[in-house]
Amino acid sequence: MSDLRLADLTVTYGRRSRTVAVDAFTDAVHAGEWLGLIGPNGAGKSSLLRAIVGLVAHRGEIEIDGRRVREMSDRERAALVAYVPQQPLIPDDMTAREYALLGRSPYIGYFGSETRRDRAVVDEVLARLTLEEFADRLLGELSGGERQRVVLARALAQQAPILLLDEPTSALDIGHQQQALELVAELRRHDELTVVSAMHDLTLAAMYTGRLTMLDHGRVVASGAAIDVLTAARLRAVFDVSVTVDVDTDGATGESRVIVVPRRSLPAP
Amino acid sequence: MDTARRDRIWLIAGGAFLLVAVVVGASTGPAGPDWWRVPAELVNRLPLIAFDTGVSEAEWKIVWQIRMPRVVLGGLVGGMLSIAGASYQGVFRNPLVDPYLLGAAAGAGLGATIALTIGRGVTASWPVDPVPTIAFVFALATVMVTYTVGAAFGGSRSGVTLVLAGVAVVSFATALQTFLLQRNLEVIREVFQWILGRLSGATWSDVRLVVPYVVVSSIVLMLHRRHLDVFRVGDEEAATLGVSVGRTRLVIVVAATLGTAAVVSVSGLIGFVGLVVPHVVRLIAGAGHRRLLPLSLMGGAAFLILADVPGRMLTRPAETPIGVVTAFIGAPFFIYLLRTRKVAS
Repeated sequence: MSDLRLADLTVTYGRRSRTVAVDAFTDAVHAGEWLGLIGPNGAGKSSLLRAIVGLVAHRGEIEIDGRRVREMSDRERAALVAYVPQQPLIPDDMTAREYALLGRSPYIGYFGSETRRDRAVVDEVLARLTLEEFADRLLGELSGGERQRVVLARALAQQAPILLLDEPTSALDIGHQQQALELVAELRRHDELTVVSAMHDLTLAAMYTGRLTMLDHGRVVASGAAIDVLTAARLRAVFDVSVTVDVDTDGATGESRVIVVPRRSLPAP
Repeated sequence: MDTARRDRIWLIAGGAFLLVAVVVGASTGPAGPDWWRVPAELVNRLPLIAFDTGVSEAEWKIVWQIRMPRVVLGGLVGGMLSIAGASYQGVFRNPLVDPYLLGAAAGAGLGATIALTIGRGVTASWPVDPVPTIAFVFALATVMVTYTVGAAFGGSRSGVTLVLAGVAVVSFATALQTFLLQRNLEVIREVFQWILGRLSGATWSDVRLVVPYVVVSSIVLMLHRRHLDVFRVGDEEAATLGVSVGRTRLVIVVAATLGTAAVVSVSGLIGFVGLVVPHVVRLIAGAGHRRLLPLSLMGGAAFLILADVPGRMLTRPAETPIGVVTAFIGAPFFIYLLRTRKVAS
């Protein structure tokens, strides 16, 4: 379990135009917390995640348990932060097991190779994600949902206390979306993972994450509980969309769920 | 069956293929003892073994002084080009790449052309034959230029810019070479022969010249097998998995280039091997580098040794350039393999 602290994190693109993708983002994600990043396309969600894993240059500070990420080696960082990109590059001619084993890289010496322990970790992860039967199948032969799980398996094999997910479910049907998010929720609870995920589906984001931060043009527009962040007025302002936000309270548990329903601007045919 | 055991079986199969190739290579030739006596004599020459094989000392000299250096050099060149090709393809995630990509061959060609234009008359008195040395130096220098240009404009993380820089630098070196040739028409024949590549006239001293480079380069590449597997998920994801992409790529490219430059400077530009052998290995044994690199090394060595056999037998006493033979045998076989694999999957 680890705390992730971001202070004045700023990402700019382009030498001349200086497009600001993330503007002085400051937040602290506590161990075991799940932060959902929402916002329209180009709001800076992906850039924020990519900056944390060192894929884009940034200003400001990123700290994990009080240690600056900037001062860590690539390997040290990889042992602390696992990242699932929006569109992972999946080699068709690799087996699911070989692919998941790549997640052990941060623990293998420069000239070393996988140990029995690394293989055991991968077997355990594959079993947890009910992927045993696919372990020796080529990735090119798997369905979209199965591949998504294999990518998650690689990230979990990294055994990093912080998990970053960039649109983890955008390529999945509703059943697999739910399955994948349930899985992350269960892993977060069980392993006390700190999760930061960029998400498009606002209802799912509200349902699974503990806290939401809405970005627009690189700036934080709102942050807090879903019920406070997802208001119809704010969604109209940020996403330029007309929606109804329903709050549905479960009679038995007393938990409330926020449901965002788009509204047609023309009457239904 | 577990992976480690399957890896071992593949390695044994590769080793056996290489052994067969060496024996075939040593046993065939226009002069010398009956072919079937040679394997027996090879066994006889091992320590602690002695029996009569009917091979005379003079015949053995043909085998050991003429054929064997050629076989060993062929093995070193073929193995080096193949393992370098497999590594280049892996590190750039590009199946069309060969070990000549960043200019090793074009540089060596330019160097050889310069050396030959100076003229044999002038260089005959020099202590070392300048052609391989100058070719080697130019090969390394050209790749260095490519790397510097590529890294300057794309950053060390971008493999694509490096490949494009290679294209530009190769064209430039080739243009220079063509210009030189056009001004020195008398060396065209010699340069052309060099470019087509040859193993004929190989001596043990040629072998000694390239062995250290091939050994060092192969060991370094083999030690990076796991890194090459990580590169398969792309530069960015490899970086998030803790690989220092730019630095690791540089180490792999330097190792592959050093070995390639060394073998090219001795044997000329033998095409096709470095591109196709790794692909054939991938199609047969899978794409993981744990198998791909050692099998490319052994398969490439065996392939070039065998390709050299028809070269010296078909058109004797003249020799068919080995580059012609490799393409002639390799291309149809590769097409056949692609086709059957496609049908199978």
